[in-house]
Amino acid sequence: MTHAATSPKSMTFGEAGSALAFAALALLCIIIAAKAYTPEYAFHAYLFAAASGWAAFKIVDRFYDRPAQLPPREINGKPNYNMGPVKFATIAGVFWGVAGFTIGLLIASQLAFPALNFDTAWLSFGRMRPLHTSAVIFAFGGNVLIATSLYVVQRTSRARLVGDIAPWFVVLGYNFFIVIAGTGYLLGITQGKEYAEPEWYADLWLTVVWVAYLLVFLGTVMRRKEPHIYVANWFYLAFILTIAVLHLGNNAAIPVSIFSPKSYIVWAGVQDAMVQWWYGHNAVGFFLTAGFLAIMYYFIPKRAERPVYSYRLSIIHFWALIFLYIWAGPHHLHYTALPDWAQTLGMTFSIMLWMPSWGGMINGLMTLSGAWDKLRTDPVLRLMVVSVAFYGMATFEGPLMSVKAVNTLSHYTDWTIGHVHSGALGWVAYVSFGAIYCLVPWLWNKERLYSLKAVSWHFWISTLGIVLYISSMWVAGILQGLMWRAYTSLGFLEYSFIETVEAMHPFYVIRALGGVLFVGGSLIMAWNVWKTITSAKDIAVAEERPLLVAAE
Amino acid sequence: MAHETKEQVDAVTGVTTTGHSWDGISELNNPLPRWWLWSFYLTILWSIGYWVVYPAWPLATSYTRGLFNWQSREAIVADLDDLKAQRASMTAQLARSSLDAIKQTPELFAFARAQGKAAFGDNCAPCHGAGGGGAKSYPNLNDDDWLWGGSLAQIEQTIRYGARSTSDKGHQGSMPAFGRDGMLKRSELSNVADYVRSLSGLATEKGADLAAGAKIFADNCAACHGDKGQGSQDLGAPNLSDKIWLFGSDKATIMEGLWNGRGGVMPAWEGRLDDTTIKALTLYVHSLGGDQRR
Repeated sequence: MTHAATSPKSMTFGEAGSALAFAALALLCIIIAAKAYTPEYAFHAYLFAAASGWAAFKIVDRFYDRPAQLPPREINGKPNYNMGPVKFATIAGVFWGVAGFTIGLLIASQLAFPALNFDTAWLSFGRMRPLHTSAVIFAFGGNVLIATSLYVVQRTSRARLVGDIAPWFVVLGYNFFIVIAGTGYLLGITQGKEYAEPEWYADLWLTVVWVAYLLVFLGTVMRRKEPHIYVANWFYLAFILTIAVLHLGNNAAIPVSIFSPKSYIVWAGVQDAMVQWWYGHNAVGFFLTAGFLAIMYYFIPKRAERPVYSYRLSIIHFWALIFLYIWAGPHHLHYTALPDWAQTLGMTFSIMLWMPSWGGMINGLMTLSGAWDKLRTDPVLRLMVVSVAFYGMATFEGPLMSVKAVNTLSHYTDWTIGHVHSGALGWVAYVSFGAIYCLVPWLWNKERLYSLKAVSWHFWISTLGIVLYISSMWVAGILQGLMWRAYTSLGFLEYSFIETVEAMHPFYVIRALGGVLFVGGSLIMAWNVWKTITSAKDIAVAEERPLLVAAE
Repeated sequence: MAHETKEQVDAVTGVTTTGHSWDGISELNNPLPRWWLWSFYLTILWSIGYWVVYPAWPLATSYTRGLFNWQSREAIVADLDDLKAQRASMTAQLARSSLDAIKQTPELFAFARAQGKAAFGDNCAPCHGAGGGGAKSYPNLNDDDWLWGGSLAQIEQTIRYGARSTSDKGHQGSMPAFGRDGMLKRSELSNVADYVRSLSGLATEKGADLAAGAKIFADNCAACHGDKGQGSQDLGAPNLSDKIWLFGSDKATIMEGLWNGRGGVMPAWEGRLDDTTIKALTLYVHSLGGDQRR
């Protein structure tokens, strides 16, 4: 590329265009801030203006600092991977993870001891709960998904990420969305749809970011030097595409005014409920399952240094999962105004989902065959294998709970909360921890993690935390369900609602203790990641990591 | 390199790979596990069977109704009817009997208390506590102290129409805001607060002028609370000479009441609960601590 050094330096179309777009957005946001109906909305408009202004400045500043040529796609025939945005998303994932778990601990404690909201609106359960769910799902999970997907797609395509500014826009734009969403909840801005609380302007922003994400990912896949697309990338692509569709469908809303944060959803009544849970359950299916299965499909074989167990199983369970998941949403609305036929479909498709889900578990676990001994010595692999076991357990429990007869007992109880957390803590968080522990030394060119012993501590402490959490919620939920349906011999309800609430107290305390352990484990991880980046030994030559099957 | 798709054999398992490799990851040619496949087929078959039996697939203007035309709405109505049938004869007796008569019939009384307890848990417990133990500003229903009277008729009246409620027939009258409305000075209030504490034998502050307090009490408070602070159930004025305190017996709390007045609200339940339920509730509450047992 030396011949290019003589060509004059000029702004690319992307640089000039995005700098102008950001400058225009900053201007627009200042106008909106000035005319905003509420101070909270004005605050958000100023945040948008500041971020856009900073982005416009940064793009121009970066142009003056950079060499005339953009980074080449390949150096000496080897792909010149773009890992800057991946590093940022990895660190952001760790940060939001610790933050989200801590808020979870706070609200778990509030349920046991309501006085812990300190009589402030800001810390009330109604605002903290979406802050917790969004922080763990979208901020922690989302950043881990973005980090790993942008890493994996490059490595398994042997291609540099498409775009120069776009990957940074995806990562920074996504995290800006998190900030808008989170501060919005604290200020009381919400559209009140579970897992889709952010208002219309945050949704619009996320749409732009997500389209950029799709284009960067898809463009990189299309630029690949491999004849086939690796299975992890199918899962990532399914996740990105479907989340885009779900996001648009569930957030179809009409704002009161461009100067108001408030909007009205176009769906009404039971249709709104159905759309909400079509979205809600597929947020589980495509965000928390498909995306994290992609992580499993890359990081487990890589870490275990074993081939994936079955290519055929990966195809069949992928398509079965994609086809069946999208129907399962109505099981959240059993015994409601939703028509019976829709409830039936939701339930039966959930039952049929059981084996496609277990296909992923089998492929993850059986990949270990020939490498089981590594579980003794490698706590990172142990985290990921246990995560797959939790995945198997949660995806058995889910179809079970979708059966209407079981649902009469489990619905609206803490059993559901326990089920969600065996998936969220055991599966999603553990496979994410595993991926983070793999990624950090790879990204920062370190020989190894700063401390494997600390990983082991993290594993055991948080596993104990998960066990406390889900077993207390099983007992609490089943007890709650039984108390709600208990009749006296004279034909009256045996317990009042308030009595069933009182009965939950000891289990809520145990759950909060589990939370303490889980947060503790995540703090160990944050420390270990920090020490790895700042003080672990660099790899002498930044080389390809050793391969199991020598490529010919 | 990866463009060739030559199959290799995995040394550990002896299974061939698909021949592709991505970043060092290859894939084995293992077949689908049989048990997995058959379980998958089984869930599909089960689902098809379920679709035949139950309402399942939407049509243009209707849906497939299933073999037995089952509907969840009919099922719940049937369940509720069963429950009503089970309680029917006792409910009918409850409806036509007077409160006193019910109390004299042990079987009927037990039924009324059971219904009352369930209704209490759902409607009253949020303020009065699950066992009727009360809380600050919400009366304890287990003790002998009744603001508006503890007879069956009085309890029914209070439940039905409430106190300071939206009902015209509800109990009216409240503790005036002597301080805020400028009726008494702070020093006067302080003296009367000490005097009130002395009525139930509580310690008074040093230097408190109890004689002055007694005078103020006689002029301002006795009309409702009685000469000796024994209270009045007609006016809902608490007995100040016993050891039971609705808001608290410390001087600051008493001063707060004197300054701002008091007037807790008990909602009117007529219209929200049916007559039999109100009857049952009355008997249940009465059974907790009704009438003066001493």
